[in-house]
Amino acid sequence: MARRAGRQLHGGPVTYGVLAVFALGSLFPLVWTAIAASRDNQRLAETPPPLWFGGNLFDNLSTAWTDANMGKALLNTTVVAGSIAITTVLFATLAGFAFAKLRFRAKNLLLLLVIGTMMVPPQLSVVPLFMAIAELEWTNHLQAVILPMMVSAFGVFFMRQYLVSALPTELIEAARVDGAHSLRVVWHVVFPVARPAMAVLGMLTFVMAWNEFFWPVIALTQENPTVQVALTGLGRGYIPDQSVIMAGALLGTLPLLIAFALFGKQIVGGIMQGAVKG
Amino acid sequence: MTSEDLGTASPVKTGDAVPPPAPDAPADRAGGGVDKGAPDDREARRAARRSRRYQRDARWSPYAFISPFFVFFAAFGLFPLLYTGWASLHKVSLHTPTQMEWVGLRNYSRLLEDDFFWQALRNTFTIGVVSTVPQLLMALALAHMLNYRLRGSMFFRVVMLTPYATSVAAATLVFAMLYGRDYGMINWALGSVGIDHVDWENGTWTSQFAISTIVIWRWTGYNALIYLAAMQAVPDDLYESASLDGASRWQQFLHVTIPSLRPTILFTVVVSTIGATQLFGEPLLFGGTQTGGASHQYQTLGLYMYEQGWFNFHLGRASAIAWTMFLILIVIGLLNWLVARRLQKSD
Repeated sequence: MARRAGRQLHGGPVTYGVLAVFALGSLFPLVWTAIAASRDNQRLAETPPPLWFGGNLFDNLSTAWTDANMGKALLNTTVVAGSIAITTVLFATLAGFAFAKLRFRAKNLLLLLVIGTMMVPPQLSVVPLFMAIAELEWTNHLQAVILPMMVSAFGVFFMRQYLVSALPTELIEAARVDGAHSLRVVWHVVFPVARPAMAVLGMLTFVMAWNEFFWPVIALTQENPTVQVALTGLGRGYIPDQSVIMAGALLGTLPLLIAFALFGKQIVGGIMQGAVKG
Repeated sequence: MTSEDLGTASPVKTGDAVPPPAPDAPADRAGGGVDKGAPDDREARRAARRSRRYQRDARWSPYAFISPFFVFFAAFGLFPLLYTGWASLHKVSLHTPTQMEWVGLRNYSRLLEDDFFWQALRNTFTIGVVSTVPQLLMALALAHMLNYRLRGSMFFRVVMLTPYATSVAAATLVFAMLYGRDYGMINWALGSVGIDHVDWENGTWTSQFAISTIVIWRWTGYNALIYLAAMQAVPDDLYESASLDGASRWQQFLHVTIPSLRPTILFTVVVSTIGATQLFGEPLLFGGTQTGGASHQYQTLGLYMYEQGWFNFHLGRASAIAWTMFLILIVIGLLNWLVARRLQKSD
């Protein structure tokens, strides 16, 4: 066989060794969360620290579920992250389609503007948002954390990159010649083609929204928390029991870990797809 | 959406298949439904009407499709950002956020006189450097290894992305325990090789190092995937000719991979830098206080803003901090632009 170059080289034992170390490093804190959550507070205040599971997992989980309000937090976060994922995907697909396949004035400038908005962290806008929800008396209401996150520049860019190559222009033109209104084109041509990318964007958005921290901590309280708000409550000492804190962290992360176990391949593919610039 | 008026039609000459998208004459509205023209005439009119509708649709639907993004961004991103600038010139209390009293630049001058502001600025910078540089270097190395032909390569990729699935809050709570002074796993491991217990949280460097490791842990795998994607886009023949020239793996990495990845590396540097200026959850939950440690030793600008606004009730001053952070970002953006231009010129 000819000499193989670059990427086709097989990884040697060193490569596997280093990757295994990184994989262990990635997983260890999560595994240890579960170990600590399965012990009790006393055991966590002893040396050496526990390295294997104990029998207290379900007690701690149920304490976290009720006392730390994790049950309500999980439900709230599902509603919030679900709504954000749906609207983000919908609006991103529409805009991505327009940027990928339609002709209109100032298109490139507007696309540049979309990309530019990615550089402005939303954290800098919290004071006026807080003033607004105080005025509307939306503190503690879920719409206060859903509304500001309903669109994403990353999503628009992601869908545009996908549709530029995945959606044949002739398909749109054919539908157009048949007299289809553009909403019909979107429904019957764009959505079916975009479906795989929409699913991936939905998952990525769901993960991001699930883990959104700054704004929910400001807009919500422990009475009606998202997972991150409830965990913040735990971290700020509302419950001093370390094993319960770890149980809360585990509960709040588990849904995403399950999603990664099931759809890890698609999520990895999505992040890599979004990274390649065109 | 653009509204579609089906009933109106102005008379159009036959053969004029693509009329300009002129506004419809309302005078014709009455005759719209009871059109008694000749069959082919009516046919032509229908075609014209359809084509006009098509025109209007083709012209305006793109704007309709992109408008939700821009409307929401304007309402929840741009406007609040600008209004933050306005609020930063006022005295605003958290308890009465609608009562604003003009104070000019006083919030800013108070900021510059506050030692804690300068400390937070320094902390943000050091934590930013300590968390970003090793993170991106490790991500590059990881991506290079993941780019080899591997058994279970998808397994490695998914596993290295799991920290990304872990929220700031969950990760910080776990790391705070691991870094515990008396019973933490890390001190126990250090103790077993003869190193005395480190009081991670109370030292300046130790706490900033600990917080940086949380950031590194969460983002290294993610950045590795971004680099990997870029590496896979490097044309094979570049490597082939390099290896024909006798370049070793390491030389190939240095002289083929890195130059091809330059735009991606720049992109991740920008994104990580922006992320680093915004650090908030890690320092908040590492010790559980908004001061970032007993002597503010790991308080970042984001946390300082939170403390000023939501614990000292000075929303105006919090706005001034936000705008200061915004200015810092603009400076970073300009620097990045200069560097990018330099690199382009040197090619």
